[in-house]
Amino acid sequence: MATTEPTITNKPTSDQALLLRKPRSLWSDARRRLLSSTVGLMGMAICAFLFAIAIITPIVQPLDQTLNRDTANKLQPPSWLMSQEERADAAKKSIDKARKDTPWGRFERPFGTDQLGRDIFIRVLHGAPISLTVGTFAVVLAVIFGSLLGLVSGFFGGIIDTITTWLMDILLAFPSILLAIALTAISNNRESFSYKFSQQITELPILQTIFDPPLFNAMLAVAVIEIPIFGRIARAAVLSVRNQEYIHAAEAVGVSRMRMLMRHILPNSLTPILVQMTLSVASSITSVAALGFLGLGAQPPRPEWGSMLSTAREYVGTGQWWYALFPGIAIMLTVLGFNLLGDGLRDALDPRLKH
Amino acid sequence: MLGYIFRRLLGIIPVLLGISLLVFTLLRTIPGDPAIIILGERSTPEQRAALRTKLKLDRPLYLNFEGGNVFESQYVTYITNFATGDFGDSIKTRQAISKELKERFPATIELALSALLIAVVVGVTTGVVSATKRGSLLDAGSMIVALLGVSIPIFWLGLMMQYLFSVKLKWLDPSLRLDTSLHGTFKPITGLYLLDGLLLGRFDITANAFKHLIMPSLALATVPLASIARMTRSAMLEVLYQDYIRTARAKGLSARITILRHGLRNALIPVITVIGLQLGFLLGGAVLTETVFSWPGIGRWLLDGILARDYPVVQSGVMFVSLVFVLINTLVDISYRFFDPRIQFK
Repeated sequence: MATTEPTITNKPTSDQALLLRKPRSLWSDARRRLLSSTVGLMGMAICAFLFAIAIITPIVQPLDQTLNRDTANKLQPPSWLMSQEERADAAKKSIDKARKDTPWGRFERPFGTDQLGRDIFIRVLHGAPISLTVGTFAVVLAVIFGSLLGLVSGFFGGIIDTITTWLMDILLAFPSILLAIALTAISNNRESFSYKFSQQITELPILQTIFDPPLFNAMLAVAVIEIPIFGRIARAAVLSVRNQEYIHAAEAVGVSRMRMLMRHILPNSLTPILVQMTLSVASSITSVAALGFLGLGAQPPRPEWGSMLSTAREYVGTGQWWYALFPGIAIMLTVLGFNLLGDGLRDALDPRLKH
Repeated sequence: MLGYIFRRLLGIIPVLLGISLLVFTLLRTIPGDPAIIILGERSTPEQRAALRTKLKLDRPLYLNFEGGNVFESQYVTYITNFATGDFGDSIKTRQAISKELKERFPATIELALSALLIAVVVGVTTGVVSATKRGSLLDAGSMIVALLGVSIPIFWLGLMMQYLFSVKLKWLDPSLRLDTSLHGTFKPITGLYLLDGLLLGRFDITANAFKHLIMPSLALATVPLASIARMTRSAMLEVLYQDYIRTARAKGLSARITILRHGLRNALIPVITVIGLQLGFLLGGAVLTETVFSWPGIGRWLLDGILARDYPVVQSGVMFVSLVFVLINTLVDISYRFFDPRIQFK
């Protein structure tokens, strides 16, 4: 699989070199390729940066900070756009009496303030753990259910295959965001099982800082719409390896079906699933934000980027652009990071596709 | 070929049946009595019972095993009504759903088609130019923009465009399909206002509709445009290093003809796949775009229906959208044959 192998033609010595070289696994080859690709590195850098923010922010500043209101200073533009006098004035009006006489610094409110005088910068930072957790959770759920369905249906074939393929076709026949909207709207009924379940979940210690019940349900809905994508990939991967010789060999020596599926087929189907996982984190984050934007996901005052945009929308017409600008950039940066990482991974894991 | 088309179209039926089952079941899992929702809390039990009988909600859910005709059930009524074009009435507006569909579907089609047009024309051109000028500043620049394009949340892009072009520059109108002063001044023929204006000789309508259309369709086009540009570029790169391209150049064809006739045509298959996939995105993305731009289309209508628990609207609307969606996907599949005669159907 290695692309860096010396050419073995006409050079007898390189044969020996090849034999002497420590054998490299597929994974270490992939890692080397990933680390040498600009796209992959950029993706990794962005994702690492975001995860760092997501971990550090709640430690340095508890979530309550996002609720700090300074009602006299509502809808203030980014402080670096304010003049010296305006910043002094803002400090004078401020609810924080201790700060009254020291004017705002140039970067006191770098992203401006919202309609309740809250610091948009702080709120955007606190959106990072929410979106990253939601995106990752949704994809993990979708991968578990989707690839299991795909593996089973591709491996066993027959009626099981027909039914699962039919189910996946149905899920794929909806425009996905519409299905997510419908599922979220239905599950956000207080009497529904899903709502009660998510209420239990969102009372757990760390999870309660991330989820509220509607957001949890939105995440479940997004997981559902991602399931058939993984189902298809896993099924196709199984179909492509199941007639390989090593599978027949395993069959011949009497390996059980379960073991064959888990030890021989799954690992060999992993590459495309892994790439899709990265790309799906990106699309899940957008979808959850879209649901939040439509008022179906996280509820205010939770600083989820999509639901912040939902409120910010009312202030676009009156010219307070900063309220909508920064949460949107945050979403775009996150999605970009995962898309780049996914592209890099695909190039690294499947060099045939590379350009 | 005809047999293949027929079989593909036949294959739609089980999928649609599945969708109808799913929609039906999902709606029935929502707690609450539709009769109360329609009549309000103050209605008497008799009124509710009468309405349930009228709407056939007193029938068994899926199949009738209580004697009599097995098919006298709510589900069977729902699908037979849908199949015969009887979509029922909206609970909220009390209008016939088929009438609302007729008004709103062209709005979405106009939006989606113009977005698709922008995406395909600009996307394919960018992809081809990028591939032929590989490694240039232009290539790098457009691919960076394309990468940003696939990552952009369209509802946010819509908001930012509204701010820039309507609030700040005051060039374009932030919402609706026409200025309110033009509403009701003409009788739509196709429902596509750009076209209607031309057909009726009312160029003021076409111009006004265009001013309203441009922002939402640009916002909606962004993600497909970026994907199409990226896919065209990589498909072109694959083709441009083939021997037959070198042959074409060697026999003296101009670079232009080589690229367009020998290169692009052979690179089109993966591009068409992406375009097909993006059609679905357009229909779904329309929900968000229509919300941002208050566009009176089908996506916004369905969203309102779902939020207001307007069951008939959701039931029929989702089925209708899915039908269109599945049909488009099937047509895209069939069109492969047209673009690549090497593909054989068994």
